[in-house]
Amino acid sequence: MSSRDTILQRLRNRSGGELKVPNCDFSVMQRPPSSVAERIDQFQKTIESVHGEVHLCTRESWIAQLASILSSRGARSLLIPTAHQIGRDLRDSRQDDLPELLIYDEPIENWQPHLFNEVDAAITSTRGGIAETGSLILWPTPDEPRLMSLVPPIHIAVLKASELHATFHEAMLAQNWASGMPTNALLISGPSKTADIEQTLAYGVHGPKELIILVIG
Amino acid sequence: MSQASSEDPHHIDVKEFHPRARAAIADPKIRQNFRKAMDGLISKRKDAFEGMDLEALRDLGANIRLRALANLPDLLEQLEKKLTENGIKVHWAIDGDEACRIVRDICVARNAKTVIKGKSMVSEEMELNHYLEEHDIKALESDLGEYIVQLAGETPSHIIMPAIHKNTGEISELMHEKTGTDLSNDVEYLTASARQQLREKFMNADVGVSGVNFAVAETGTLCLVENEGNGRMTTTVPPCHIAVTGIEKVVGNLEDVAPLLALLTRSATGQHITTYFNMISSPRKPEELDGPEEVHLVLVDNGRSSIYQDDELLDTLRCIRCGACMNHCPVYTRVGGHTYGTTYPGPIGKILMPHLIGLDEGRHLPTASSLCGACGEVCPVKIPIPDLLVRLRRESVDGDKLNPAKVRGHGAKRGTLEALVWKGWSWMHARPGAYRFGTAVAARLRKLQPGQLGGWTEYRTAPRLAAKTLHERMKERGQ
Repeated sequence: MSSRDTILQRLRNRSGGELKVPNCDFSVMQRPPSSVAERIDQFQKTIESVHGEVHLCTRESWIAQLASILSSRGARSLLIPTAHQIGRDLRDSRQDDLPELLIYDEPIENWQPHLFNEVDAAITSTRGGIAETGSLILWPTPDEPRLMSLVPPIHIAVLKASELHATFHEAMLAQNWASGMPTNALLISGPSKTADIEQTLAYGVHGPKELIILVIG
Repeated sequence: MSQASSEDPHHIDVKEFHPRARAAIADPKIRQNFRKAMDGLISKRKDAFEGMDLEALRDLGANIRLRALANLPDLLEQLEKKLTENGIKVHWAIDGDEACRIVRDICVARNAKTVIKGKSMVSEEMELNHYLEEHDIKALESDLGEYIVQLAGETPSHIIMPAIHKNTGEISELMHEKTGTDLSNDVEYLTASARQQLREKFMNADVGVSGVNFAVAETGTLCLVENEGNGRMTTTVPPCHIAVTGIEKVVGNLEDVAPLLALLTRSATGQHITTYFNMISSPRKPEELDGPEEVHLVLVDNGRSSIYQDDELLDTLRCIRCGACMNHCPVYTRVGGHTYGTTYPGPIGKILMPHLIGLDEGRHLPTASSLCGACGEVCPVKIPIPDLLVRLRRESVDGDKLNPAKVRGHGAKRGTLEALVWKGWSWMHARPGAYRFGTAVAARLRKLQPGQLGGWTEYRTAPRLAAKTLHERMKERGQ
C-alpha cells in the first residue's frame, strides 16, 4: 500500500471514532463601519509603526511626488509595469527628474543579475489595502511579476484610498478570493525586516529596505 | 562539509535532560539571553491583543482547528485534488526518512546540487539538511536566525527565533570566524552582510525548500508567514520549490486563514501581522515571467496519525506553531531551548515530541514542567497543554486499569519499587482497618524516619510524621 493510502486509512479508521465538528462563529472578525478617512488614518499609523512611509497624493500630483522621493534617495533606475496605467502614465509624463525607467518584459532567467544588482527601485499597483494591519494586497501578474516587490531595495506601491478594507477577512470576502486564487497572492506590511539578532530590529534583510506607499485620494 | 557532522542531532541524548538543565541554569549568559527575550515577547504579545476580544478570537481559532481535524482525511484529499489541478505535485511521507528521500529524489531528477531553505520546523524534524549533505546536496538556511545557527553547527533553540540563545557579540564573532565579516556590534551591519552573502546563493540555488503555515484545501493554497523576505525568495527565485509540511496543517476554507493569521503573529512576536504573508497556489504559468516552474508539496505524517487516534491527545495537533507557550514558560525561560534536546522545545515540545521519538526516549519531557498553566492560558488555539502533560506523565508510568497507556514507549518511567508503594497505598486506602493500623504503626516508628529524602531534601527539610494519627486525635476529642 502506498504511504498516501496508509496515512489516509489510519486517519479514516480512527480508533476514537468519528469526531464532532464544532461550529465556527466568525462574528469576532467583524468591525464597526468606518469612513475612508478613518481607514486611511489607521492604515497610515499602523504601517508607519513598522517603518513604512505613506504619502497622500492625488491623480495629478503623484508623479511629481514620486520623482522627488526617488531623487532624495539618489535612485538611478525605476522598474515600472509595462501595461498598467501606472507604467503608461510614467512613460507619458513630462516630469524630467524621474530616474531611468525600466520594464520587466522578459523572463527573469534572461536578466536576473541585472535585476538583483542594478535596479534601485520598483513601482507596483496594489489590489487594495488593509487598514487594521497596515497591509498592501498584491496579486503579481505577467505585467508586474513577483520579484518586482521583492528584489529592488526600494518598493513603491500605489494604493487607491477607496480600496482600503478594514480587515484581511473583509478584503478576501469582498474580493471573493475563494472563487479562484492567482499563482501568488501577497500581503505586504512594511519593509523586509528581522529581529533574529538579539531581538534588535534591522530592515532590508532579504527584501526591500524601504516601502513607500502613494495613497491616491 | 565540516558543519554536517556537528549538526548531526543523533548525538543528542534526549534522556540526558537533567545534566543539560543543570548546566544551563548555571550559565548566566543563557539565563540572561532567554530572560530578556522572553520578557520582551510577553509584553509585546499583550500589547498586540489590546482592544480585541481575545477570548472570542481564541475560541474561533480553536474551533477552526478542531473542525479541520474532524475532517482531516477528507480535507487532505481535497487539498491534494486542488493542488494537483493547480499544477502542484503532492507527495505523502509516513516518516521523516521517507520525506527526506522524496526531497532528494526531486533534486536528483533535476540534477540539483544546491538547495536554499526558508524556515521550516518540519524539515528540522526530518533532519533534512543532514540527510542532503550525506547525499552530496548542499542545503543552506536563509532565515537569518537559522543561517546563524547553521554557521554555528547548532540546532534552533526556539521555533520562531532560532538564534535567541546568542547575543550580538557572540553572533558577530561567529560571522567573523566563518564568513570573514568585521567584528561589530552593529546589527545593521551584520544583517547587511548576511543579505549580501545570501543574495548570491538565492540566484544560484537549484531548489528552494520551505515550510507551510496553513494549507488551504478549498483553493489549493500554501500560506507562508515571514518578515525577512527569504521565504518569498526561496519560493520564487529557484526553478523548483519544494514545500514540506505536517499533515495537520490543512484548513478547510480560505476564510479560516484570517483569524488564524491574526492569532499566530500576535501570539508569536506581538506583531499585528508579519511583513509578508505569502500565498502560493500554482507554479509559474506560461505567460508569467518569474516564479518556479515546478512546485511540490510533501505531506509528512511522522507520528501524527497515531496522535490522531486518541480524543485527548488529538488536541496536540491543533498547534499553529506560534511559540507563545515557550515564551511564557518559566522552565523554558530558565533552561533555554537546547536543554530539551528535541526539535520542538518548551511546552509544545513536551507534549509533541514523546509521540515523535517515543515516551522511552522522551520520558523526562512531560515532567519538565511546574504545571503552572501559563502555556494553556496563552495558547491561541486553546490546547490544554497542562492536561496533556499530566496525561503523558501517567502514560510514562503506565497509568492504571481505567486508563490504559497507549503512547509508544509508555511505562518507561515505571519503577518496581514505586509501583509497589502505590499498590500498597491504594490497597491500604481501600481498607479502613489496615489504614488505621498502618498509620498508627508509622506514627510509633517516626523516630526511624530518614532525614534525607533524595531530591526532596536537597532544598527542604524532611517532613516529620506527627506523634499521633488524625484518627487517634479525633478519638481523644471524643468525636
